[in-house]
Amino acid sequence: MEEPTDGESLLSVRDLVTVFPARDAVAVAVNGVSFDLRAGETLGLVGESGSGKSVTCRSILRLVPEPGQILGGSIRFQGREVLELSRRELRAIRGSQISMIFQDPASSLNPVFTIGDQISEPLRQHRGLSRRRAREEAIRLLDRVGIPSPQQRLHAYPHELSGGMRQRAMIAIAISCRPKLLLADEPTTALDVTIQDQILSLLLELQADEQMAMVLVSHDLGVIAQTCDSVAVMYAGYVVERVETDDLFSAPQHPYTVALLEALPELAIERGHGRLVPISGQPPDLVGLPAGCPFSPRCKHARAECAEVSMELRATTADGHMTACPFGPAPRA
Amino acid sequence: MSTTVTNTFLEVDGLAKAFAVRDSTVRRLQPGRKQRAIAVDDVSFAVARREKLGIVGESGSGKTTLGRCLIRLVEPDAGTIRFDGSDVLAASRAELQQIRRRAQMVFQDPYSSLNPRFRVGEAIAEPARVHGRIDRHASRAHAERMLELVGLPATTVERYPRQLSGGQRQRVAIARALSAEPELLIADEPVSALDVSIQAQILNLLDDLVTSLGLTMIFIAHQLAVVRHISDRIAIMYLGRIVELGSAHDIFDSPQHPYTAGLLGAAPRPDPGQRRRKPAIAGDIPSPLRIPSGCRFRTRCKFAEERCATDDPALREVAPGHLTACHILPFKGARA
Repeated sequence: MEEPTDGESLLSVRDLVTVFPARDAVAVAVNGVSFDLRAGETLGLVGESGSGKSVTCRSILRLVPEPGQILGGSIRFQGREVLELSRRELRAIRGSQISMIFQDPASSLNPVFTIGDQISEPLRQHRGLSRRRAREEAIRLLDRVGIPSPQQRLHAYPHELSGGMRQRAMIAIAISCRPKLLLADEPTTALDVTIQDQILSLLLELQADEQMAMVLVSHDLGVIAQTCDSVAVMYAGYVVERVETDDLFSAPQHPYTVALLEALPELAIERGHGRLVPISGQPPDLVGLPAGCPFSPRCKHARAECAEVSMELRATTADGHMTACPFGPAPRA
Repeated sequence: MSTTVTNTFLEVDGLAKAFAVRDSTVRRLQPGRKQRAIAVDDVSFAVARREKLGIVGESGSGKTTLGRCLIRLVEPDAGTIRFDGSDVLAASRAELQQIRRRAQMVFQDPYSSLNPRFRVGEAIAEPARVHGRIDRHASRAHAERMLELVGLPATTVERYPRQLSGGQRQRVAIARALSAEPELLIADEPVSALDVSIQAQILNLLDDLVTSLGLTMIFIAHQLAVVRHISDRIAIMYLGRIVELGSAHDIFDSPQHPYTAGLLGAAPRPDPGQRRRKPAIAGDIPSPLRIPSGCRFRTRCKFAEERCATDDPALREVAPGHLTACHILPFKGARA
């Protein structure tokens, strides 16, 4: 993809391809994804189920679930190629330079260890703290993420905490080694809306304090709008649009992005007419995806040439705003 | 208490349901103490014929239990439910059977609500056959007609649920719910498991069907914007109670209960100009095993006063048809 490599980039992903072998074919979950992230910045990866947003995020730490594999591309973090790191080098980065939080903290925390044990582990492993210092630091971290009476909570097991408190504990573990980059994969999707609101506030606050960059994966354009500096919209393994968050909502270019915004009930209400504008049809099967634009079968503006277009991102008139649709901005309803 | 509804079709009064907690650890630690989780606590409302009532709440609000109590999929502990004049809780088996034909449910997860071993055609025709609306030999034609109604090709009758996408399965679940010609549809989180693009298809479908078939609908969900979109009136639930009830316009444009205002503030808006970084409501939702005294929202309420800990506020009318259960009225922090 034609894009200058930014010297200041903390993370630089180029032409990433991650596949999942299926019966006698492969499903291409991530299909040539590229993006850059500077220190302290937040990039949102937004898309529906099967768009490849989570797999992209997991590929950065080489945590793609079996039998998936990264087939090609490059992931440079602070100038080093992540795809070439040895297991030992990778382990040194995971949890210290780059951390990750997941949708369901109940399944990412170990049920048989206390919260205190689980926060202390990276502190002792990566930061070499003594047992006592690690305990003090764990209390400080629990307090930092807004868990009340942290001393007592050290001895709690994950099942003794509410969903929101578990996600706070997960965040405390993730930031314990002051990572440069936090990967957050649908961190609030399993939470109630008032708790989601609290966790998003916490993440933004921590990020500002620690100058931590973040990749936030979400299916929720509302969550993206309120947390991200820029956004990559994904569809069927491709990034179809890359844009600053403000422009995503004010001047979307790709027909899929435009259609996604029009399907939101929040915006239908603001448009003043009750009717939603659904996207017809279903997302495509990632096995044996035909050539051309994968959105064209559902696209209101599709034409014959769509079967042959390459999914390369092209610059639009606006600064840094890129779209994979060569036919200019899609008209809005 | 009944609300200002004319042409009442469904009337619920003082409905209550608590579940005994069977957690053995809890019992062992506190012998002799019976733990009860309060799911629905003194809930009253009325729905007019052809009205669409939305019920919104977070986990533990009791919205799902309330929906199930209405047709006695869960037996309420107390209260009355009148469905088109007949007493649901006093109904005999045969009468209940009739009520359940006339009031059908659509659930969140169509994969677990459809029997995986039934072909789509059988699944759709079954309710109509059981209730004697069609003959066995008319099943296929009936199923095809219902499929057409929900926008699926007639050939879908031959398929199994696993061969369909989430959106198609939810269409089948809707076709099945409509199969025996109900008058009331109770939809419990019908679009929560669906992607945004498919969610819009299903919402439009439900809206169209309810209007064209003249149905009454109770739409239960946690997403405010979705509920607003489809409802005439909205009830906001918190820990087993309705804390606010009013027209969709009342609820969104002049919320009177601090919980409603907080819920609106907490919902992430797809508008980057509205970045707000203080959480709208602090604290966790209390456990339904330990409901706070007085106003149950007071532990998270910015405006709570002394009396809120002692007096349980009743729903009262603050404007025609707009009810709220808060001591501190009028609430001035709307859309904080």
